[in-house]
Amino acid sequence: MAAKIILPDFRITPTIDQVGIEERVARFTTRSIKKESKMQGLKMILNMIDLTTLEGKDTDGKVKQMCYKAMHLHDVIPGLPTVAAVCVYPSMVKIAKESLIGSGVKVASVSTAFPSGQSTHEIKISDTKFALENGADEIDMVISRGEFLKGNYNFVFDEIAAIKDVCGKARLKVIFETGELSTLDNVRKASDIAMYAGADFIKTSTGKISPAATMPVTLVMLEAIRDYYYATDRMVGMKPAGGISTSKLALQYLVMLRETLGGAWLSNEWFRFGASSLANDVLMQIVKQTTGVYQSSDYFSKD
Amino acid sequence: MSRIEIQKTYKIFIGGQFPRTESGRYYPLKNKKNEVIANMCLSSRKDFRNAVVAARSAFGGWSEKSAFNRSQILYRIAEMLEGRKEQFVSELLLQGVSAANAKEEVTMSIDRLVYYAGWCDKYQALFSSVNPVASSHFNFSVPEPTGVVAIVSSEESSLLGLVTSIAPVIAGGNTCVVLASESKPLCAITFSEVLNTSDLSAGVVNILTGNSAELHSHFSSHMDVNSLLYYRKNKNEIKTIKENAALNVKRVHIYDKIILNSDKSQSPYFIFDNQEIKTTWHPVENIGSSKGGY
Repeated sequence: MAAKIILPDFRITPTIDQVGIEERVARFTTRSIKKESKMQGLKMILNMIDLTTLEGKDTDGKVKQMCYKAMHLHDVIPGLPTVAAVCVYPSMVKIAKESLIGSGVKVASVSTAFPSGQSTHEIKISDTKFALENGADEIDMVISRGEFLKGNYNFVFDEIAAIKDVCGKARLKVIFETGELSTLDNVRKASDIAMYAGADFIKTSTGKISPAATMPVTLVMLEAIRDYYYATDRMVGMKPAGGISTSKLALQYLVMLRETLGGAWLSNEWFRFGASSLANDVLMQIVKQTTGVYQSSDYFSKD
Repeated sequence: MSRIEIQKTYKIFIGGQFPRTESGRYYPLKNKKNEVIANMCLSSRKDFRNAVVAARSAFGGWSEKSAFNRSQILYRIAEMLEGRKEQFVSELLLQGVSAANAKEEVTMSIDRLVYYAGWCDKYQALFSSVNPVASSHFNFSVPEPTGVVAIVSSEESSLLGLVTSIAPVIAGGNTCVVLASESKPLCAITFSEVLNTSDLSAGVVNILTGNSAELHSHFSSHMDVNSLLYYRKNKNEIKTIKENAALNVKRVHIYDKIILNSDKSQSPYFIFDNQEIKTTWHPVENIGSSKGGY
């Protein structure tokens, strides 16, 4: 039987020292990662990507094409991993699932009236059920930022718990849209609420609002995961999403992950990048490492 | 009270900014009396890579500007250069050019910029054509900019060589990364300041100082460079460049015989060297019973 978890008082979650966080982040960006370890890191990044298309103009064809890319990142270089998952709207889950049969690449679906989350409880539940019935392996839900900022933390907690109930075995990622939460204190509070409500992953952003994922925000969330792990012995995953488009930056995130949570989190079971253009930049770096020649995006498939 | 003169720090020019080389390497520049006059950045391949990224991201905006607007901007560069004539003359003197030659080099550079400013919206008409075809199509060919151009500019000339190599490239809507003269690099960096105050978008021109023996192979092998111009005479470097360029079939133009201060080194054909010809077939509606027009 799982240990009984005592809910903390969310009004008194730890406050965050913003200057301290920024200083710490600045340290992560100075690590020098070269040659074999760089190559290893790049392949790990590829394997952690949730290849994403979340646009009004998405079509079956676009999703199929992206799924093909998810499985065949760059066939010129043998031995590359696949990405971790593709991330689509609920209406595209079915086609993505069919396209990915047998590949091991998971299908993640956004839900609960993504990206704003402004809808009724019933619609959010049925949105999630629809995605699951179509075969989604993972659900990316958004929290109600309006309620959160009002201080209605119970509402946010109950909503996450309710969606988690619907999810069953499917893993639940909870998106905070940190760009709308305005302070790091709020990010920490949202992280605690989500994890105690049952989130399997916490995720920074929808990618629709700027700023999206930043290193300071991610560090605050990683530290929340660490504290939660010490308190409850349950591992929670982390997914920064939006705005991470270069390998250099992605490697810095890995450094931060390794130095905050340790090696146990260094796999796509516990860490993901939500990105659409990152994959190509990583591929260009891998080809550069292999051939010694700087690459051009002209020679890599767009989707 | 006596005053210590403020020495200028010569840095490189990438994406509209003046960073130091990421490698942290420098080389001393000496005058004829063997006194150090400046410490120049010895740019690395990574500086070059960063410059190509800047040039690539600037390409969309620059190539889509109207030809007339590009012309205005080139003219603006000439205006700025005219205003700082004295500074360039004194820098040339510092690098061992005689007084008369220095003055001539600066005025010629200004005139060359004005010359290419004029050509910005005219070469298209010169190099385009309407082609006769046997079907009912309106068929025409127009030049379009190649993309990112890497330039190893003249070693002998500090300013004129630079202007001669850059002006036709940007007049044609390309962006570029330029390696300045190693032994006479001062004017290149001061010219960057001129570019930076001429409404030229960041990244259209990027200027590095350093060693061609070290950098030419990276200039020629980089897959995101579409064309390479070489203004020096080193046979070995020319050979490597031609071999490496085959990797992504980039255009290579070797201008080893160019005489900079001659009128022959300015011509619309230097613009044309960095253009691709695009041919379009446009169906012509067959009106009534008349036959196709061409």
